[in-house]
Order: sequence, then structure tokens, then C-alpha cells
Amino acid sequence: MVEAGEVRGLEVSKQTPEPPTAQTAKDEDMCVEIKQESKAEIKLEDLFAGIDSDDDEFSTSGNPLNSKEHRDDDAQNTSIELLRIYYQRFFPWRYMFQWLNHSPVPTKDFKHREFSLWLHNDAVMRYQSYTTSDLFRKDVLRLMPRRIEIGPVYTADPRDRKTFRTASAFQPMAKELCFDIDLTDYDDIRTCCDKANICHKCWRFTTMAIKVIDTALREDFGYNHILWVYSGRRGVHAWVCDKRARALKDNHRKAITAYFEVVTGKQGGKRVNIRRPLHPHLSRSIDILKDHFQRDVLETQDPWKTSEKADYLLQQIPDLKLREALRKKWESFPGRTSALKWADIDALAQTDASATLDPKDLLDAKQDIVIEHTYPRLDTAVSQKLNHLLKSPFVIHPGTGRVCVPIDRNNLDGFDPLNVPTLQGLIREIEAWTEADGAAAAMAAVEVSGSSGQDVKPLQDWEKTSLKPYIEYFRSFVTTLMKAEREAVLKRERDEDDEVPVKVESLDF
Amino acid sequence: MNRIDVKRRNVLDHRKKQFADPLYKEAQYPHRLNFYATPPTADITLEQFEQWAIDRLRVLAELEACSFRNKTPAETAAHMKPLLDKYLPLDASSSASQLLHAQRQKDHYSHFILRLAFASTEDLRRRFARVETMLFRLRFQTDDSRERAAFVRTLNLDWEAVSDEEKRELAPQLASTITFSGGHGGGKRAPQVLDEDWLKVDWMRVPDLVESRRVYVRAGMAYVPGREQQSMVLNAFTKRLEEALELTARALPRLDEDDRLTPILNHLSKNFIAPDAGYSGSGAPIEGAEITARNIDNLSQHFPMCMTHLHRSLRRDAHLKHYGRLQYTLFLKGIGLSLEECLVFWRSAFSRITDDTFNKEYRYNVRHTYGDVGGDANRRSGGYSPYSCQKILTEHAPGPGEAHGCPYRHFSPENLATMLRACGVTDRAVLEGVAEDTKSQKYHMACNRVFEHLHKSEIKRAKDEGIMTAAQLETIVHPNEYFKRSYLLKNMDGKLHKEKGDVKMEG
Ligand SMILES: [Zn+2]
Repeated sequence: MVEAGEVRGLEVSKQTPEPPTAQTAKDEDMCVEIKQESKAEIKLEDLFAGIDSDDDEFSTSGNPLNSKEHRDDDAQNTSIELLRIYYQRFFPWRYMFQWLNHSPVPTKDFKHREFSLWLHNDAVMRYQSYTTSDLFRKDVLRLMPRRIEIGPVYTADPRDRKTFRTASAFQPMAKELCFDIDLTDYDDIRTCCDKANICHKCWRFTTMAIKVIDTALREDFGYNHILWVYSGRRGVHAWVCDKRARALKDNHRKAITAYFEVVTGKQGGKRVNIRRPLHPHLSRSIDILKDHFQRDVLETQDPWKTSEKADYLLQQIPDLKLREALRKKWESFPGRTSALKWADIDALAQTDASATLDPKDLLDAKQDIVIEHTYPRLDTAVSQKLNHLLKSPFVIHPGTGRVCVPIDRNNLDGFDPLNVPTLQGLIREIEAWTEADGAAAAMAAVEVSGSSGQDVKPLQDWEKTSLKPYIEYFRSFVTTLMKAEREAVLKRERDEDDEVPVKVESLDF
Repeated sequence: MNRIDVKRRNVLDHRKKQFADPLYKEAQYPHRLNFYATPPTADITLEQFEQWAIDRLRVLAELEACSFRNKTPAETAAHMKPLLDKYLPLDASSSASQLLHAQRQKDHYSHFILRLAFASTEDLRRRFARVETMLFRLRFQTDDSRERAAFVRTLNLDWEAVSDEEKRELAPQLASTITFSGGHGGGKRAPQVLDEDWLKVDWMRVPDLVESRRVYVRAGMAYVPGREQQSMVLNAFTKRLEEALELTARALPRLDEDDRLTPILNHLSKNFIAPDAGYSGSGAPIEGAEITARNIDNLSQHFPMCMTHLHRSLRRDAHLKHYGRLQYTLFLKGIGLSLEECLVFWRSAFSRITDDTFNKEYRYNVRHTYGDVGGDANRRSGGYSPYSCQKILTEHAPGPGEAHGCPYRHFSPENLATMLRACGVTDRAVLEGVAEDTKSQKYHMACNRVFEHLHKSEIKRAKDEGIMTAAQLETIVHPNEYFKRSYLLKNMDGKLHKEKGDVKMEG
């Protein structure tokens, strides 16, 4: 009787978790047609997982290389031929491999990494992987993708993903922490350009954003290996390559993203809502940004020139009396510059001192305005997901023909997005290069190294062109990363030798 | 040795054996607090199984009710003490009570039984994790400080105290985060960086504090004020419980092998729904009030904002979408509008459609809501209950073009302020208070604040003259309660004698 009333222990076993969305899509063919949006079994969000907003390949205008309507077979063949030369002679295969592999010998970091290749017939091949750098190169030369994306490192070879019976056997486990900044997100505050267009004036927003994010990633989170890459048209990507960053789970990626996210809210409403006292990250960011605000925003963009924009500024002034005084003044000086208007705020606050004005409120409001006009605006989708794909460095932007080159963070002001090497430009440069140039370069090398001319290596093609400084920068970045990685391994081995075995009580349940 | 566990058996079912903890052993309970990391493995009787679960459920339901009523932590603790002593007592280790093991075993088992009962849907999982965390917090706060520290050490949370030297070095940065945590400032003396204990912890341990920029972060370490220790422990508790519930949910299908448990578990989870219903569905009208279709416009002065918004939208568009009709019909039923009157009300309100369309598309739904049609169960129970605030707040957030939901929760701050002004709430302090409440997600508070403002003089009089007791003026957590109280307060003169008589009778 009692027997029947017994209840055994209530243990619940761990079961395999649901697979992440990236694998649940039934991509029956390795090659998924972008056009097949209507096919029910293909998850659109999966297909577009890697599309960052900077690429206009699918927009209908201004894109002779890829736009369907304008596609002309000859032009395309030419561009494929140029691209072939680029992949054969310029693309830094070796450093790309080292960058992703973190070691000279192929490891899982490279072998289990997903690449996705975008072909000229509008197909996307996801879950490609390569055991060596050379196989990667050969496959790219065979398929001639116009775009290469990099995804996460999986627990197993992505090509074998269908052979696993349980989803837990095939999981994304590491990827660089990425950020995406796109100037279209600044359209409400840039007056010089809009949409896909950029100029030196609005590029300054990108420069400010890089400074703020780069500083915080280093000082606050302790990351050291941050690669900034021009996305080829109107934005930049950051790749945080530290081992600890690569291992971040989605909830941590989400936390960092939110930590950086300050300018939110709808356009037209108040877009900055931050607590006081200011968090140290924000007060430091304002320190970084305030000179940019004066020079690159007030003087260069003149954001409140029109009375409509000035009204928006007035809405953010916390005191009614001050607001009215400013409105009156600006109405009597139409076309007053933003720099003067900004100065008016303090000037009138002093002279027409309003009894109700709290100086602290005014300071807060002014800080909010500075932040709204300078603080980085991130495309957060790119940063939050471990399995998000992102365009590889050094591919050619199909719209502009520019190479997606790394940006030296120590020379941000020297970076000119309108003057980076282009596919056509590189071809011209290499054709114009003569043996004489080579000899001169060799002589220079001898002079520098002081060695005899004989052990000077023959120049690689990229060294003969304007791509050289960018690849050199990348090479040194990769070398530093590999060195840190090697040291970490050595340290771990040392620690393991010293380690006293400790029984750690498991807290997972 | 162990008198409770009479029927412990050594032979495990082989199907379960493969899932069982390989370190199978009789649970020891060195601490009063429990993170419920290890499922129980010993056997108990079916009676114990059910009774323990019901006892815990009582406690959890009452805790949830406290939170719906926005009781302060101190009020909640006082309210819960007798219940906890009765149903789920837990003595300190230092008490050397004979019952320690039995108490802790019951706590341990009942938690895991309810886990099974509440793992099935996301809504139940979320609520369960929430109230279990409340229970844990209550016990954490009342735990002996030395025993608590010992317990926290076992959690392996990996934090390190910040030295005085480092505190001094980082004083400005730490000062800017110190007010973010612990209490609401309350206008008291600002806490000083050096007085505070600071813990240094890998930022990945406190992603929520980092995410909301509540802590200073340097070189990958988050600097957490000591009094946030509690929130870190609670976070860890919630997070681990949520993860475990997910696993339980996936494992549930495998438990149906024991079909003696299924009915008990189902019964338990149904009971957990109960405390939320809150308001009787019968909808007896207030005596003397004219609750008719043609008087609704007039009565709407007593409606809370959610129903005012529905009413105005209906008058403006001569239509409401599905959830709006449902929420509003149930409310009207709750104030005592009869089915016939309700049909009249909707027929005339939907002025742009034909009788035919109305009869085909809407009539049935109204009747169903009243329990006039539908399956046996629906008819026996008199249809649906009017929605409580909790239900309106948490279910079916309104989409574009929909007017249901709670304005305090689902409106933008600007729209909410506009609506409140339109309803006669122009007092700046009240509007600011509401903005503050909604920002901190205290939607009940906002609604009650508006209620108190709109009925300020009447409430004062009702209190002064003893017409209503404090209990009758408790926080409103149901739109129908809002209506009823508003109506009674505004009609005190007409009802005065009778109400007064009633109150006195109850003495
Ligand atoms: Zn521009």
C-alpha cells in the first residue's frame, strides 16, 4: 500500500538544449539562393544573418557591378577578372589565416570557422570551412565570391554539421566581439550628406565613435586586440579579438552592447536618457567628445542653423524663461550659427538669470545635447549574437570598389575613407609598377637594413601598391595577437603544472 | 536514522538510474538556505508529495499577492511570518532544533515538486522563478549573518574585497555609481565611498549591473558596493533557477511514466492561477447604481484609465478590436451590467455595422463571455472572470490600432500624460509621480496615485468619518475594484446611512 504511494526522487536530467537559430534553418543545399525568399523552409533571418547595413548590393541604384538591372555581362566578366587578380595577387591570405587561427599551425579556431561566400549569381554558400589557408584560397579562386563573411567557430567542422544527431554536438562557441557603426544612423544630425553618401565632414562622427568605443573596450573591459576595419562605404566594423572576448556568450555580448548604448529613443523625442551622476564611462566619453563637439559638430555641421532645428534644441533647454529669451534672440538674428547659439545658452543663463533655472539642470541638458550629437550610434544586432556573420576585412566593397582596409587606431585622423585603395586603382598601380621601382625599393631596403642586396626577398605584389601600409598594419596586429595567444598557452601550462587538484563543487543544475 | 524517510529504497528504476546524480546519496542540509542545485533522490510518500507541495504553494501565492499589493519589504516580512512559521518553517542551524533536517527536507522537496508543476509554460516558469526568488530573499534577509556568510561562501561567486588603498584611488569613479544601488537614496546622507565595502568581481558575473551601467568597470572587473551582495546572490539564484526550469520543461515528457503524479501536478499548477483571479465574476451591481447600457457614458467617470481608454476609443471609432472587446466586456460584466444590457450596449456602440453583421460576428462572443453559451465548463462557471491588473499588465500587449492593455504600462510617457490631462489630472506633482512610477514599472502605484488624486477629498472624508476602513482603501489591483470604490466614494451621501450601518455592524 505504502509502496504504491511512493514517489521516487525528482531528478531531472540535463537534456540537449535547443539548437540556435543558425542551425535550425533547413538549408538543404549548401548553396542557398537569395532569391528564394518565398520558400517556406528557409529562414530569412538566417539567410540575412550576416548582412550588415553598409552594403547596398541589393539596392537598385548606383551599383554597376551588381545591380540586376544594370548588369551587363561584359562588365561583370571584367569585374570578375579584376577580382581574380585581386584574390590572386593582393588578398593577404597568410595574415588572414593567422588572424583567425591564432597560431602558425592550423587549429580548430580556423578549421571549424564558418565562412560564407556570396557568389555573383546571387547565391550564398554558408557553412564553408577549410583545413588550411591554401584550401581557403583555392576555393575562393574557384568560386570568385564578391563578398566573404566570417562567422563563428563551431564545436565541429561546419561542413559536417548535418552528420550530428544532437544539436549540442554542433554549436557556435567563439567569435570575435563585433561592433558596427554606420553613418546612416547619423542622418538626423549630419547636415552635409545623407543615406549612403559620406564626406570628410561626416566621417568625423566615425572617428569620434572609434575613439570612445576603443577606449572603453580597453580601459573598462581590458581588451587589447581591437581591429577597426573600414566597411568600404559609410561605416566601420570593430573586431575584438582577445580570447576572452571571443568566448563571450550572448548574454554578455548583450550586456556590453547595452553598456555602450546611450542614444536611443525615437527621432523627434528625447533621445538621451541617462542617470546622474554620470557613469564614469560617460563622463570620460564626454571628455573625449567635447572638442569634437565644438569643432566637428558646431562649426562644421552647424546642426541648428534652421529655425526648425533650433526649435528642437530649445525643447531641450530645461527652463521656460531661458528658452523664451533664447528664442527671441535667435528670431532677431536669423541664420545665427550653431556655435553662437550654443554660446548664447550660457551667456543668457548668466545675464538673464532666471530665478527658476537650476544650473545643474542646465548642465545636464547640455551634456545630453553633446552626447546626442557626438556619442557613438551602434547597430546593436551585429554585437549581440555569437553567431552573427560579418563581412571579412580586405574584401572589395561592390558598390564603391574600395578595399575594406583596417584603420590604424593610432592614426585615426589620418585615415581618409575617400582615398583608400580601390580594385581598379590597384590594378592600375601594379600595371604601372616597373622594375625600376623595384630596384629603387630594393636599394632602399638595403640601405635600411644595411645588409647585402642578395637576401632581400622579392617584393610581393601588395607591397608594390598603396595597399602596403594597410597590410603591414594588419600583419603587425596579427603578430601581436598570436604572441599574446602563445603566451597565454604557456602560462596555462605552467599553471597546470603547479596546480593542486581541488574538488570544485558543481553548481550547475 | 532518518525517521521521515521511511521508504527509502536502494534499488533505483533502471530508466531513472541513467539520469540520476552519480553521487547518489542522502541529502545533507548544512545550511538553512538552499540554492536547490541538487534534486532530491530519496523516496517520499504520495501524501507527503502532495501536502508539502500545497504548503509551499500557499506561501508562494501569498507572497505573490503581497507584491501585487505593493507591500513594502517590511510589510511583506511581517505579513508572511506567521504563514512561514506554519507551513514552511526553517530554523537556524544554531537553534539546534530537532526538526532541522525535516524542515529542510520539506523545503527542498516541495521546491522540486513545484518545479515540476510549474515548468510547463513560460508564463508559469517566469512567475515561479519570481516568487521563489522572493521567498529566498525573505529568508536570506532573516538568516543569521554568520550562517548566511558561510552559505554565500559555498556559492563560489568569486569576488574579492577592494582594499582601502584602491578605494581611495578610485573614489571619484566609485562615488558616481554608489547612489545607483541599495534603496532609493531617500534624501538621507549620501553614502561615502570609503565607508562602503566594495567587491571586485569579474564583470561577466554581473552582466545586468554592467548592462545598466550601475557599476564601475575597470580592466574587466566590476566594482560592486557591498550591499549589492544580496542582489548578486539573488541574481544568481534567479538565473540558475530559470535555467533549471528550462531543463525541467524539456524533461517533462519523460516524467509521464508516473501517471500518479500527473493529476497532482496539474492540480497544483491550476491552483497557482487562482490567486490572480481576485475579483468575483458574478458582478453583483452596486446597490442603487443604475447599471444600464444607456448609463455607461455617465458611469465612465468612475473608470480607471484602461477602461476609459477603451470607452473613448469605442466612442471615437464605433469599434474595438478583439482583445479590447474582451477586456471591456468582462469589466462591464464585473460592474454588474446584465447580459441583455451588455448586448444592447455593444449593438448601439457598433453603430456602423448592420444588425446582421452584429449578430453574426459579435453577439456570440459577448454571450460566451457571460457564460450564456459555450461548453459545460464555461456555462457552469458563468463565463470568464473580469481581468485583474496583473492579467492586463502581462498578457497580450496591445499592438497598433488596439486599445486594450494598461495605459500606464503600454502608453509612451507623452501619450500617458496627455491622456491624464484630458481626464482632469493636471497637477504637476501627480503627473511627475506617475512618470516616476511608470519608469520604475510600478504601474499599480501610478494608477492608485491617480485614483487618490481624483478622490482626494472623498477619501479624506471617508476616513475622517469612518465610512470606510483602511482595509477598504487598500491598494487597488483590479479595475472593477477601482470602479466600485470610485462609485461609492463619489456617492457617499446617497449611500451614507446604509454604508455606515454596515461598517458599524461589522464593528
Ligand atoms: Zn558628409
